[in-house]
Amino acid sequence: MSKVIIKLGNDISTDDIYPGRFMATVLPTETPQFAFFDRTEFNAQLKAKAFAPGSIIVGGENFGCGSSREQACSTLKGYEVAVIAKSISRIFLQNSINLGLQVVICPGIEASEGDDLEITADQVLNKTTGKAYDQVKLPAARKGIMDAGGLIPYTRARLMAKV
Amino acid sequence: MGMTVVEKILARAAGLPSVKVGDVVEPKVDLAMSHENAALVINQFHEVYEGTGLTAKVWDPSRVAIIFDHRVPAESPKTATNQKKIRGFVADHGITKFHDIRGDVGGICHQILPEYGYVRPGFVVVGTDSHTTSHGAMGAFSFGIGATEMASVWSLGIAVNIEVPATIKVVVKGEFPPFVGPKDLILHLIGKLTAQGANYKVLEFHGETIRKMSTSGRIAICNMSVEAGATSGIVPGDAETLRYLREEAGVTDPIPCVTPDLDADYVRTVEIDVSTLVPQIACPHMVDNVKPIGDVAGTRIQQIVIGSCTNGRLDDLAAAADILRGKKVAQGTRMLVFPASSKIFAQALDKGYVHDLMKAGAVVMNSGCGPCLGVHEGALGDHEKALSTTNRNFKGRMGNPTGEVYLCSPVVAAASAITGVITDPRKG
Repeated sequence: MSKVIIKLGNDISTDDIYPGRFMATVLPTETPQFAFFDRTEFNAQLKAKAFAPGSIIVGGENFGCGSSREQACSTLKGYEVAVIAKSISRIFLQNSINLGLQVVICPGIEASEGDDLEITADQVLNKTTGKAYDQVKLPAARKGIMDAGGLIPYTRARLMAKV
Repeated sequence: MGMTVVEKILARAAGLPSVKVGDVVEPKVDLAMSHENAALVINQFHEVYEGTGLTAKVWDPSRVAIIFDHRVPAESPKTATNQKKIRGFVADHGITKFHDIRGDVGGICHQILPEYGYVRPGFVVVGTDSHTTSHGAMGAFSFGIGATEMASVWSLGIAVNIEVPATIKVVVKGEFPPFVGPKDLILHLIGKLTAQGANYKVLEFHGETIRKMSTSGRIAICNMSVEAGATSGIVPGDAETLRYLREEAGVTDPIPCVTPDLDADYVRTVEIDVSTLVPQIACPHMVDNVKPIGDVAGTRIQQIVIGSCTNGRLDDLAAAADILRGKKVAQGTRMLVFPASSKIFAQALDKGYVHDLMKAGAVVMNSGCGPCLGVHEGALGDHEKALSTTNRNFKGRMGNPTGEVYLCSPVVAAASAITGVITDPRKG
Protein backbone atom coordinates (compact mmCIF):
# COMPACT_ATOMS: atom_id res chain seq x y z
CA MET A 1 0.00 0.00 0.00
CA SER A 2 1.25 3.46 -0.89
CA LYS A 3 0.29 7.02 -0.11
CA VAL A 4 -0.73 9.70 -2.58
CA ILE A 5 1.82 12.46 -2.01
CA ILE A 6 0.41 14.99 -4.48
CA LYS A 7 -2.68 15.26 -6.65
CA LEU A 8 -2.15 17.16 -9.89
CA GLY A 9 -4.50 18.37 -12.63
CA ASN A 10 -4.59 17.83 -16.39
CA ASP A 11 -1.79 18.57 -18.89
CA ILE A 12 1.14 18.46 -16.46
CA SER A 13 4.02 19.31 -18.80
CA THR A 14 7.59 18.11 -18.64
CA ASP A 15 8.50 21.80 -18.10
CA ASP A 16 6.51 21.59 -14.86
CA ILE A 17 8.14 18.28 -13.83
CA TYR A 18 11.65 19.38 -14.83
CA PRO A 19 12.01 23.07 -15.78
CA GLY A 20 13.97 23.79 -18.97
CA ARG A 21 16.53 25.90 -17.20
CA PHE A 22 18.00 22.76 -15.60
CA MET A 23 18.32 20.84 -18.85
CA ALA A 24 22.09 21.13 -18.94
CA THR A 25 22.00 18.69 -16.03
CA VAL A 26 21.57 15.33 -17.69
CA LEU A 27 22.84 12.51 -15.51
CA PRO A 28 20.12 10.47 -13.74
CA THR A 29 22.17 10.70 -10.55
CA GLU A 30 22.00 14.51 -10.66
CA THR A 31 18.49 15.28 -11.96
CA PRO A 32 16.34 14.42 -8.88
CA GLN A 33 17.18 17.68 -7.06
CA PHE A 34 15.21 19.64 -9.71
CA ALA A 35 11.96 17.57 -9.65
CA PHE A 36 8.93 19.91 -9.75
CA PHE A 37 11.38 22.69 -8.88
CA ASP A 38 8.88 25.52 -9.22
CA ARG A 39 6.44 23.75 -6.87
CA THR A 40 8.80 24.86 -4.12
CA GLU A 41 7.22 23.06 -1.17
CA PHE A 42 6.83 19.72 -2.98
CA ASN A 43 10.40 19.92 -4.29
CA ALA A 44 11.65 20.54 -0.74
CA GLN A 45 9.70 17.54 0.59
CA LEU A 46 11.09 15.29 -2.15
CA LYS A 47 14.64 16.42 -1.42
CA ALA A 48 14.13 15.93 2.32
CA LYS A 49 13.13 12.31 1.53
CA ALA A 50 9.79 12.96 3.24
CA PHE A 51 8.16 10.25 1.11
CA ALA A 52 8.69 6.51 1.19
CA PRO A 53 9.73 4.78 -2.05
CA GLY A 54 6.61 3.65 -3.91
CA SER A 55 4.70 6.80 -2.96
CA ILE A 56 2.30 7.96 -5.64
CA ILE A 57 1.85 11.07 -7.75
CA VAL A 58 -1.70 11.22 -9.12
CA GLY A 59 -2.19 13.12 -12.38
CA GLY A 60 -5.11 13.89 -14.66
CA GLU A 61 -5.25 13.73 -18.45
CA ASN A 62 -2.18 14.05 -20.70
CA PHE A 63 0.42 13.71 -17.96
CA GLY A 64 3.96 14.50 -19.15
CA CYS A 65 2.99 16.43 -22.27
CA GLY A 66 5.49 18.60 -24.09
CA SER A 67 9.23 18.23 -24.39
CA SER A 68 10.89 14.84 -24.86
CA ARG A 69 13.40 15.60 -22.08
CA GLU A 70 14.15 12.35 -20.33
CA GLN A 71 15.15 14.24 -17.20
CA ALA A 72 11.41 14.48 -16.43
CA CYS A 73 11.44 10.70 -15.88
CA SER A 74 14.87 10.25 -14.32
CA THR A 75 14.11 13.05 -11.84
CA LEU A 76 11.10 11.07 -10.51
CA LYS A 77 12.79 7.69 -10.85
CA GLY A 78 15.45 9.02 -8.47
CA TYR A 79 12.84 9.05 -5.68
CA GLU A 80 11.28 5.70 -6.74
CA VAL A 81 7.84 7.28 -6.83
CA ALA A 82 5.07 5.98 -9.10
CA VAL A 83 2.77 7.98 -11.38
CA ILE A 84 -0.92 7.14 -11.80
CA ALA A 85 -2.71 9.32 -14.35
CA LYS A 86 -5.92 9.32 -16.38
CA SER A 87 -3.84 9.41 -19.55
CA ILE A 88 -0.15 9.83 -20.31
CA SER A 89 1.54 11.65 -23.19
CA ARG A 90 3.33 9.34 -25.65
CA ILE A 91 6.98 10.32 -25.20
CA PHE A 92 6.75 10.55 -21.40
CA LEU A 93 5.15 7.09 -21.24
CA GLN A 94 7.84 5.67 -23.49
CA ASN A 95 10.65 7.31 -21.51
CA SER A 96 9.17 6.00 -18.25
CA ILE A 97 9.10 2.43 -19.54
CA ASN A 98 12.62 2.83 -20.90
CA LEU A 99 13.95 4.00 -17.54
CA GLY A 100 11.81 1.72 -15.36
CA LEU A 101 9.73 4.49 -13.77
CA GLN A 102 6.45 2.92 -12.67
CA VAL A 103 3.54 4.52 -14.55
CA VAL A 104 -0.09 3.43 -14.51
CA ILE A 105 -2.82 4.65 -16.84
CA CYS A 106 -6.08 4.68 -14.94
CA PRO A 107 -8.79 6.76 -16.69
CA GLY A 108 -11.24 6.73 -13.79
CA ILE A 109 -8.80 7.32 -10.95
CA GLU A 110 -10.13 9.38 -8.07
CA ALA A 111 -7.81 9.95 -5.15
CA SER A 112 -6.83 12.77 -2.83
CA GLU A 113 -3.56 13.63 -1.20
CA GLY A 114 -3.00 11.27 1.73
CA ASP A 115 -5.16 8.43 0.37
CA ASP A 116 -3.76 4.90 0.53
CA LEU A 117 -3.66 3.15 -2.84
CA GLU A 118 -2.78 -0.33 -3.92
CA ILE A 119 -1.71 -1.04 -7.49
CA THR A 120 -2.73 -4.57 -8.52
CA ALA A 121 -2.09 -6.31 -11.84
CA ASP A 122 -5.01 -4.60 -13.59
CA GLN A 123 -6.59 -2.21 -11.10
CA VAL A 124 -5.87 0.60 -8.70
CA LEU A 125 -7.61 0.18 -5.33
CA ASN A 126 -8.24 3.27 -3.24
CA LYS A 127 -8.17 1.79 0.27
CA THR A 128 -9.24 5.11 1.80
CA THR A 129 -12.48 5.41 -0.21
CA GLY A 130 -12.97 1.71 -0.85
CA LYS A 131 -13.24 2.21 -4.63
CA ALA A 132 -11.50 0.26 -7.39
CA TYR A 133 -10.49 1.61 -10.81
CA ASP A 134 -9.44 -0.32 -13.92
CA GLN A 135 -6.02 0.23 -15.48
CA VAL A 136 -5.44 0.58 -19.20
CA LYS A 137 -2.76 -1.93 -20.05
CA LEU A 138 0.52 -0.46 -21.21
CA PRO A 139 1.31 -1.03 -24.90
CA ALA A 140 2.00 -4.74 -25.44
CA ALA A 141 4.91 -3.78 -27.66
CA ARG A 142 6.70 -2.48 -24.58
CA LYS A 143 6.48 -5.65 -22.51
CA GLY A 144 9.88 -6.93 -23.63
CA ILE A 145 11.54 -3.74 -22.42
CA MET A 146 9.77 -3.86 -19.07
CA ASP A 147 10.62 -7.52 -18.60
CA ALA A 148 14.28 -6.78 -19.30
CA GLY A 149 14.29 -4.08 -16.64
CA GLY A 150 14.49 -1.12 -19.01
CA LEU A 151 15.69 -0.21 -22.47
CA ILE A 152 19.42 -0.26 -21.66
CA PRO A 153 19.53 -3.94 -20.60
CA TYR A 154 17.04 -4.75 -23.38
CA THR A 155 19.23 -3.12 -26.04
CA ARG A 156 22.35 -4.72 -24.56
CA ALA A 157 20.73 -8.17 -24.89
CA ARG A 158 19.66 -7.44 -28.49
CA LEU A 159 23.18 -6.28 -29.29
CA MET A 160 24.76 -9.41 -27.82
CA ALA A 161 22.28 -11.60 -29.74
CA LYS A 162 23.53 -10.04 -32.99
CA VAL A 163 27.18 -10.90 -32.32
CA MET B 1 -7.54 -2.00 -47.52
CA GLY B 2 -4.92 0.49 -48.60
CA MET B 3 -2.27 2.11 -46.44
CA THR B 4 -1.76 5.61 -45.08
CA VAL B 5 1.52 7.31 -45.89
CA VAL B 6 3.03 6.42 -42.50
CA GLU B 7 1.92 2.78 -42.85
CA LYS B 8 3.66 2.66 -46.24
CA ILE B 9 6.83 4.22 -44.83
CA LEU B 10 6.90 1.82 -41.87
CA ALA B 11 6.24 -1.23 -44.08
CA ARG B 12 9.15 -0.28 -46.32
CA ALA B 13 11.49 0.47 -43.42
CA ALA B 14 10.57 -2.78 -41.63
CA GLY B 15 10.90 -4.86 -44.81
CA LEU B 16 7.25 -5.92 -44.78
CA PRO B 17 4.75 -6.00 -47.68
CA SER B 18 2.17 -4.17 -45.58
CA VAL B 19 1.38 -3.11 -42.03
CA LYS B 20 -1.79 -2.06 -40.21
CA VAL B 21 -2.59 -0.02 -37.11
CA GLY B 22 -1.38 -1.72 -33.93
CA ASP B 23 1.19 -3.96 -35.62
CA VAL B 24 4.52 -3.99 -33.83
CA VAL B 25 7.38 -3.21 -36.20
CA GLU B 26 11.08 -2.42 -35.98
CA PRO B 27 11.80 0.07 -38.77
CA LYS B 28 15.31 0.84 -39.92
CA VAL B 29 16.12 4.43 -39.03
CA ASP B 30 17.17 6.67 -41.93
CA LEU B 31 18.21 9.61 -39.78
CA ALA B 32 18.78 9.98 -36.03
CA MET B 33 19.00 13.57 -34.82
CA SER B 34 20.07 15.04 -31.48
CA HIS B 35 21.04 18.45 -30.16
CA GLU B 36 22.86 19.28 -26.92
CA ASN B 37 21.00 16.46 -25.19
CA ALA B 38 23.36 14.17 -27.11
CA ALA B 39 25.38 14.54 -23.89
CA LEU B 40 22.83 12.30 -22.18
CA VAL B 41 22.52 10.01 -25.22
CA ILE B 42 26.29 9.46 -25.14
CA ASN B 43 26.08 8.54 -21.46
CA GLN B 44 23.26 6.03 -22.07
CA PHE B 45 24.97 4.69 -25.21
CA HIS B 46 28.10 3.84 -23.25
CA GLU B 47 25.96 2.17 -20.60
CA VAL B 48 24.44 -0.10 -23.25
CA TYR B 49 27.92 -1.35 -24.14
CA GLU B 50 29.10 -1.67 -20.55
CA GLY B 51 30.24 -5.20 -19.74
CA THR B 52 29.62 -6.49 -23.26
CA GLY B 53 33.26 -6.57 -24.32
CA LEU B 54 32.16 -4.85 -27.53
CA THR B 55 33.50 -1.54 -28.76
CA ALA B 56 30.84 1.17 -28.61
CA LYS B 57 30.30 2.34 -32.19
CA VAL B 58 27.26 4.08 -33.69
CA TRP B 59 25.65 1.78 -36.25
CA ASP B 60 26.03 4.22 -39.16
CA PRO B 61 27.76 7.57 -38.56
CA SER B 62 26.36 8.96 -41.84
CA ARG B 63 22.82 8.61 -40.46
CA VAL B 64 23.47 10.44 -37.21
CA ALA B 65 22.94 14.21 -37.09
CA ILE B 66 23.94 16.44 -34.18
CA ILE B 67 23.09 20.12 -34.19
CA PHE B 68 23.85 22.61 -31.41
CA ASP B 69 20.92 24.97 -31.00
CA HIS B 70 19.41 24.91 -27.52
CA ARG B 71 22.08 26.95 -25.76
CA VAL B 72 24.25 28.67 -28.34
CA PRO B 73 26.72 30.05 -27.53
CA ALA B 74 26.89 28.25 -24.18
CA GLU B 75 25.31 30.13 -21.26
CA SER B 76 27.28 28.24 -18.60
CA PRO B 77 30.46 26.21 -18.11
CA LYS B 78 28.25 23.14 -17.70
CA THR B 79 26.68 23.55 -21.13
CA ALA B 80 30.04 24.39 -22.70
CA THR B 81 31.48 21.21 -21.20
CA ASN B 82 28.55 19.14 -22.51
CA GLN B 83 29.15 20.64 -25.96
CA LYS B 84 32.86 19.87 -25.70
CA LYS B 85 32.10 16.25 -24.78
CA ILE B 86 29.78 15.95 -27.79
CA ARG B 87 32.42 17.38 -30.16
CA GLY B 88 34.82 14.70 -28.96
CA PHE B 89 32.24 11.98 -29.60
CA VAL B 90 31.47 13.38 -33.07
CA ALA B 91 35.17 13.23 -33.97
CA ASP B 92 35.68 9.75 -32.50
CA HIS B 93 32.71 8.28 -34.36
CA GLY B 94 33.16 10.13 -37.67
CA ILE B 95 29.76 11.82 -37.54
CA THR B 96 29.59 14.13 -40.55
CA LYS B 97 26.13 15.70 -40.14
CA PHE B 98 27.39 17.84 -37.26
CA HIS B 99 26.52 21.53 -37.03
CA ASP B 100 28.53 23.35 -34.41
CA ILE B 101 28.06 26.94 -33.19
CA ARG B 102 28.85 28.74 -36.43
CA GLY B 103 27.74 31.78 -38.38
CA ASP B 104 27.82 29.94 -41.70
CA VAL B 105 26.28 26.49 -41.24
CA GLY B 106 24.78 26.69 -37.75
CA GLY B 107 21.13 26.87 -36.83
CA ILE B 108 18.15 25.18 -35.25
CA CYS B 109 18.02 21.42 -35.82
CA HIS B 110 14.52 21.53 -37.32
CA GLN B 111 15.72 24.00 -39.94
CA ILE B 112 19.13 22.46 -40.60
CA LEU B 113 17.75 19.00 -41.44
CA PRO B 114 15.56 20.18 -44.34
CA GLU B 115 17.97 22.98 -45.34
CA TYR B 116 20.83 20.55 -46.00
CA GLY B 117 18.62 17.91 -47.60
CA TYR B 118 19.23 15.44 -44.77
CA VAL B 119 15.54 14.45 -44.68
CA ARG B 120 13.80 12.96 -47.72
CA PRO B 121 10.24 11.81 -48.39
CA GLY B 122 9.66 8.30 -47.09
CA PHE B 123 12.41 8.47 -44.47
CA VAL B 124 12.01 7.25 -40.89
CA VAL B 125 13.47 10.05 -38.76
CA VAL B 126 13.85 10.02 -34.99
CA GLY B 127 15.06 12.90 -32.87
CA THR B 128 15.64 13.54 -29.19
CA ASP B 129 13.35 16.52 -29.39
CA SER B 130 9.57 16.52 -29.33
CA HIS B 131 9.39 18.93 -32.29
CA THR B 132 11.04 16.33 -34.52
CA THR B 133 7.49 16.13 -35.93
CA SER B 134 8.67 19.10 -38.08
CA HIS B 135 10.26 16.82 -40.68
CA GLY B 136 6.91 15.40 -41.64
CA ALA B 137 6.88 18.53 -43.80
CA MET B 138 9.37 16.72 -46.06
CA GLY B 139 7.11 13.67 -46.37
CA ALA B 140 9.03 11.69 -43.74
CA PHE B 141 7.69 9.80 -40.73
CA SER B 142 9.49 11.77 -38.08
CA PHE B 143 8.96 11.57 -34.34
CA GLY B 144 10.46 12.55 -31.01
CA ILE B 145 12.07 10.04 -28.63
CA GLY B 146 13.97 10.15 -25.36
CA ALA B 147 17.73 9.99 -24.93
CA THR B 148 17.84 6.34 -23.88
CA GLU B 149 15.78 5.35 -26.90
CA MET B 150 18.26 7.25 -29.08
CA ALA B 151 21.09 5.31 -27.44
CA SER B 152 19.24 2.16 -28.52
CA VAL B 153 18.91 3.50 -32.09
CA TRP B 154 22.63 4.39 -32.19
CA SER B 155 23.40 0.82 -31.10
CA LEU B 156 20.96 -1.15 -33.26
CA GLY B 157 20.02 1.15 -36.17
CA ILE B 158 16.35 0.39 -35.67
CA ALA B 159 13.55 1.79 -33.55
CA VAL B 160 12.57 -1.16 -31.37
CA ASN B 161 8.98 -2.27 -30.76
CA ILE B 162 7.13 0.52 -32.54
CA GLU B 163 3.35 0.21 -32.73
CA VAL B 164 1.95 1.37 -36.06
CA PRO B 165 -0.02 4.50 -35.13
CA ALA B 166 -3.54 5.36 -36.30
CA THR B 167 -3.81 8.36 -38.62
CA ILE B 168 -6.14 11.35 -38.56
CA LYS B 169 -6.64 12.87 -42.02
CA VAL B 170 -6.72 16.66 -41.98
CA VAL B 171 -8.13 18.19 -45.17
CA VAL B 172 -7.57 21.91 -45.53
CA LYS B 173 -9.30 24.01 -48.17
CA GLY B 174 -9.72 27.67 -49.02
CA GLU B 175 -7.36 30.58 -49.42
CA PHE B 176 -5.88 32.32 -46.38
CA PRO B 177 -7.24 35.86 -45.89
CA PRO B 178 -4.62 38.64 -45.64
CA PHE B 179 -2.52 38.45 -42.42
CA VAL B 180 -3.68 34.87 -41.73
CA GLY B 181 -1.46 31.88 -42.45
CA PRO B 182 -0.13 28.43 -41.53
CA LYS B 183 0.52 29.33 -37.85
CA ASP B 184 -3.11 30.37 -37.42
CA LEU B 185 -4.20 27.14 -39.09
CA ILE B 186 -2.21 24.91 -36.75
CA LEU B 187 -3.19 26.89 -33.63
CA HIS B 188 -6.84 26.60 -34.69
CA LEU B 189 -6.44 22.85 -35.26
CA ILE B 190 -4.78 22.32 -31.86
CA GLY B 191 -7.61 24.23 -30.18
CA LYS B 192 -10.10 22.03 -31.99
CA LEU B 193 -8.35 18.70 -31.27
CA THR B 194 -7.12 19.64 -27.74
CA ALA B 195 -3.62 19.03 -26.35
CA GLN B 196 -4.11 15.27 -26.30
CA GLY B 197 -6.61 14.90 -29.16
CA ALA B 198 -4.03 13.26 -31.39
CA ASN B 199 -2.04 11.40 -28.71
CA TYR B 200 -0.40 8.26 -30.22
CA LYS B 201 -1.75 9.28 -33.65
CA VAL B 202 -0.42 10.81 -36.85
CA LEU B 203 -1.85 13.95 -38.48
CA GLU B 204 -1.70 13.52 -42.27
CA PHE B 205 -2.31 16.82 -44.05
CA HIS B 206 -4.14 17.12 -47.36
CA GLY B 207 -6.15 19.59 -49.41
CA GLU B 208 -5.63 22.45 -51.84
CA THR B 209 -4.38 24.82 -49.11
CA ILE B 210 -1.61 22.40 -48.13
CA ARG B 211 -0.66 21.71 -51.76
CA LYS B 212 -0.17 25.45 -52.33
CA MET B 213 1.63 25.99 -49.01
CA SER B 214 5.40 26.62 -48.94
CA THR B 215 7.75 24.19 -47.19
CA SER B 216 8.25 26.86 -44.53
CA GLY B 217 4.51 26.85 -43.73
CA ARG B 218 4.40 23.06 -43.80
CA ILE B 219 7.25 22.86 -41.31
CA ALA B 220 5.31 25.19 -38.99
CA ILE B 221 2.20 22.99 -39.03
CA CYS B 222 4.08 19.69 -38.70
CA ASN B 223 6.26 21.23 -35.97
CA MET B 224 3.25 22.02 -33.81
CA SER B 225 1.38 18.76 -34.48
CA VAL B 226 2.98 17.45 -31.30
CA GLU B 227 1.08 20.12 -29.35
CA ALA B 228 -2.07 18.13 -30.12
CA GLY B 229 -0.19 15.09 -28.83
CA ALA B 230 0.52 13.69 -32.30
CA THR B 231 3.37 11.23 -32.80
CA SER B 232 4.01 12.99 -36.08
CA GLY B 233 2.50 15.38 -38.57
CA ILE B 234 3.09 14.63 -42.23
CA VAL B 235 2.54 16.22 -45.60
CA PRO B 236 3.03 13.50 -48.23
CA GLY B 237 5.87 14.50 -50.55
CA ASP B 238 4.76 16.43 -53.66
CA ALA B 239 5.94 18.98 -56.22
CA GLU B 240 6.73 21.57 -53.53
CA THR B 241 8.82 19.03 -51.58
CA LEU B 242 10.83 18.28 -54.71
CA ARG B 243 11.19 21.99 -55.53
CA TYR B 244 12.48 22.73 -52.02
CA LEU B 245 14.94 19.84 -51.99
CA ARG B 246 16.25 20.62 -55.49
CA GLU B 247 16.30 24.43 -55.45
CA GLU B 248 16.92 25.29 -51.81
CA ALA B 249 18.69 22.23 -50.38
CA GLY B 250 20.63 21.51 -53.58
CA VAL B 251 19.78 17.80 -53.69
CA THR B 252 20.71 16.22 -57.01
CA ASP B 253 20.07 12.49 -56.52
CA PRO B 254 16.66 10.87 -57.21
CA ILE B 255 13.89 11.73 -54.73
CA PRO B 256 11.10 9.16 -54.74
CA CYS B 257 7.91 10.31 -52.97
CA VAL B 258 5.56 8.15 -50.91
CA THR B 259 1.84 8.86 -51.11
CA PRO B 260 -1.09 7.24 -49.28
CA ASP B 261 -3.44 4.83 -51.02
CA LEU B 262 -6.83 6.23 -52.00
CA ASP B 263 -8.56 3.59 -49.86
CA ALA B 264 -6.33 4.08 -46.81
CA ASP B 265 -8.02 3.71 -43.45
CA TYR B 266 -8.19 6.83 -41.27
CA VAL B 267 -9.41 6.87 -37.70
CA ARG B 268 -10.97 10.28 -38.27
CA THR B 269 -11.16 13.03 -40.88
CA VAL B 270 -11.06 16.70 -39.93
CA GLU B 271 -11.96 19.36 -42.51
CA ILE B 272 -10.93 22.98 -42.17
CA ASP B 273 -11.78 25.92 -44.44
CA VAL B 274 -9.20 28.66 -43.88
CA SER B 275 -10.99 31.30 -45.95
CA THR B 276 -12.87 32.51 -42.86
CA LEU B 277 -10.02 32.00 -40.36
CA VAL B 278 -8.92 34.97 -38.22
CA PRO B 279 -5.53 35.37 -36.46
CA GLN B 280 -5.33 32.90 -33.57
CA ILE B 281 -3.65 33.26 -30.18
CA ALA B 282 -2.74 30.41 -27.80
CA CYS B 283 -3.18 31.89 -24.34
CA PRO B 284 -1.36 30.96 -21.11
CA HIS B 285 -0.61 28.29 -20.01
CA MET B 286 -1.67 25.66 -22.58
CA VAL B 287 -1.19 25.51 -26.32
CA ASP B 288 -4.78 24.34 -26.80
CA ASN B 289 -6.12 27.42 -25.00
CA VAL B 290 -6.63 29.03 -28.41
CA LYS B 291 -8.73 32.15 -28.93
CA PRO B 292 -9.49 34.41 -31.89
CA ILE B 293 -7.33 37.53 -31.59
CA GLY B 294 -10.30 39.75 -30.78
CA ASP B 295 -10.67 38.06 -27.39
CA VAL B 296 -7.23 39.13 -26.17
CA ALA B 297 -6.42 42.21 -28.27
CA GLY B 298 -5.17 45.06 -26.09
CA THR B 299 -3.25 42.82 -23.66
CA ARG B 300 -0.02 44.65 -22.74
CA ILE B 301 3.17 42.78 -23.75
CA GLN B 302 6.71 43.30 -22.43
CA GLN B 303 8.55 40.91 -24.75
CA ILE B 304 7.96 40.05 -28.38
CA VAL B 305 9.82 37.03 -29.79
CA ILE B 306 10.03 36.18 -33.48
CA GLY B 307 11.94 33.03 -34.33
CA SER B 308 12.29 29.37 -33.34
CA CYS B 309 11.88 26.11 -35.21
CA THR B 310 8.25 27.10 -35.74
CA ASN B 311 8.51 30.59 -37.24
CA GLY B 312 12.07 31.80 -37.75
CA ARG B 313 12.26 31.29 -41.53
CA LEU B 314 12.90 33.82 -44.26
CA ASP B 315 9.21 34.37 -45.08
CA ASP B 316 8.50 34.91 -41.37
CA LEU B 317 11.26 37.53 -41.10
CA ALA B 318 10.11 39.15 -44.37
CA ALA B 319 6.54 39.44 -43.06
CA ALA B 320 7.77 41.02 -39.83
CA ALA B 321 10.11 43.41 -41.68
CA ASP B 322 7.28 44.49 -44.00
CA ILE B 323 5.19 45.52 -41.00
CA LEU B 324 8.00 47.14 -38.99
CA ARG B 325 9.77 48.96 -41.84
CA GLY B 326 9.87 52.64 -40.95
CA LYS B 327 8.07 52.03 -37.65
CA LYS B 328 9.31 51.68 -34.05
CA VAL B 329 8.95 49.03 -31.39
CA ALA B 330 6.85 50.54 -28.58
CA GLN B 331 8.56 51.91 -25.48
CA GLY B 332 8.22 49.43 -22.63
CA THR B 333 8.27 46.51 -25.06
CA ARG B 334 11.39 44.72 -26.22
CA MET B 335 11.56 42.68 -29.38
CA LEU B 336 13.92 39.75 -29.93
CA VAL B 337 14.41 38.09 -33.31
CA PHE B 338 16.07 34.69 -33.79
CA PRO B 339 16.56 33.54 -37.40
CA ALA B 340 16.12 29.75 -37.64
CA SER B 341 19.54 29.25 -39.24
CA SER B 342 22.70 31.12 -40.12
CA LYS B 343 21.81 30.75 -43.79
CA ILE B 344 18.43 32.38 -43.22
CA PHE B 345 20.17 35.10 -41.19
CA ALA B 346 22.49 35.79 -44.14
CA GLN B 347 19.58 35.86 -46.59
CA ALA B 348 17.69 38.26 -44.30
CA LEU B 349 20.80 40.48 -44.21
CA ASP B 350 21.06 40.47 -48.01
CA LYS B 351 17.41 41.36 -48.40
CA GLY B 352 17.61 44.16 -45.83
CA TYR B 353 15.17 42.58 -43.36
CA VAL B 354 17.71 42.59 -40.54
CA HIS B 355 18.35 46.29 -41.12
CA ASP B 356 14.60 47.04 -41.13
CA LEU B 357 14.06 45.12 -37.91
CA MET B 358 17.04 46.65 -36.12
CA LYS B 359 16.13 50.17 -37.21
CA ALA B 360 12.70 49.59 -35.71
CA GLY B 361 14.36 48.69 -32.40
CA ALA B 362 14.36 44.89 -32.54
CA VAL B 363 17.38 43.00 -31.24
CA VAL B 364 18.45 40.43 -33.83
CA MET B 365 20.21 37.52 -32.14
CA ASN B 366 22.23 34.62 -33.51
CA SER B 367 20.15 31.69 -34.68
CA GLY B 368 19.17 29.17 -32.06
CA CYS B 369 16.31 28.23 -29.77
CA GLY B 370 16.70 31.48 -27.83
CA PRO B 371 14.18 32.13 -25.04
CA CYS B 372 11.64 29.54 -26.25
CA LEU B 373 12.48 26.98 -23.57
CA GLY B 374 13.83 29.30 -20.93
CA VAL B 375 17.33 27.89 -20.70
CA HIS B 376 19.35 30.62 -22.28
CA GLU B 377 18.68 34.28 -23.07
CA GLY B 378 15.54 36.38 -23.08
CA ALA B 379 14.04 35.27 -19.76
CA LEU B 380 10.91 37.04 -18.55
CA GLY B 381 10.81 39.18 -15.42
CA ASP B 382 8.30 38.42 -12.69
CA HIS B 383 4.71 38.64 -13.99
CA GLU B 384 5.81 39.83 -17.43
CA LYS B 385 3.93 38.81 -20.55
CA ALA B 386 5.48 37.62 -23.81
CA LEU B 387 3.92 37.35 -27.26
CA SER B 388 5.90 34.83 -29.24
CA THR B 389 5.95 32.95 -32.53
CA THR B 390 7.37 29.90 -30.73
CA ASN B 391 5.44 26.70 -30.03
CA ARG B 392 4.92 26.35 -26.27
CA ASN B 393 3.45 28.52 -23.54
CA PHE B 394 3.58 26.21 -20.51
CA LYS B 395 3.94 27.82 -17.09
CA GLY B 396 7.61 28.69 -16.61
CA ARG B 397 8.43 28.03 -20.24
CA MET B 398 10.27 31.31 -20.86
CA GLY B 399 12.38 30.85 -17.74
CA ASN B 400 10.04 32.39 -15.16
CA PRO B 401 7.13 30.54 -13.51
CA THR B 402 5.29 33.82 -12.93
CA GLY B 403 5.62 34.89 -16.56
CA GLU B 404 2.92 34.40 -19.20
CA VAL B 405 3.45 33.42 -22.83
CA TYR B 406 0.99 34.01 -25.67
CA LEU B 407 1.66 32.29 -29.01
CA CYS B 408 0.92 33.82 -32.40
CA SER B 409 2.00 34.24 -36.02
CA PRO B 410 4.90 36.49 -37.11
CA VAL B 411 2.56 39.20 -38.48
CA VAL B 412 0.65 39.40 -35.19
CA ALA B 413 3.95 39.58 -33.27
CA ALA B 414 5.25 42.37 -35.54
CA ALA B 415 2.05 44.43 -35.44
CA SER B 416 1.94 44.08 -31.65
CA ALA B 417 5.57 45.18 -31.29
CA ILE B 418 4.61 48.61 -32.65
CA THR B 419 1.74 49.13 -30.23
CA GLY B 420 3.05 47.20 -27.20
CA VAL B 421 -0.28 45.40 -26.90
CA ILE B 422 -1.71 42.35 -28.69
CA THR B 423 -2.80 43.86 -32.00
CA ASP B 424 -4.81 42.53 -34.92
CA PRO B 425 -2.59 43.12 -37.98
CA ARG B 426 -5.69 43.36 -40.19
CA LYS B 427 -6.58 46.63 -38.48
CA GLY B 428 -3.09 48.15 -38.79
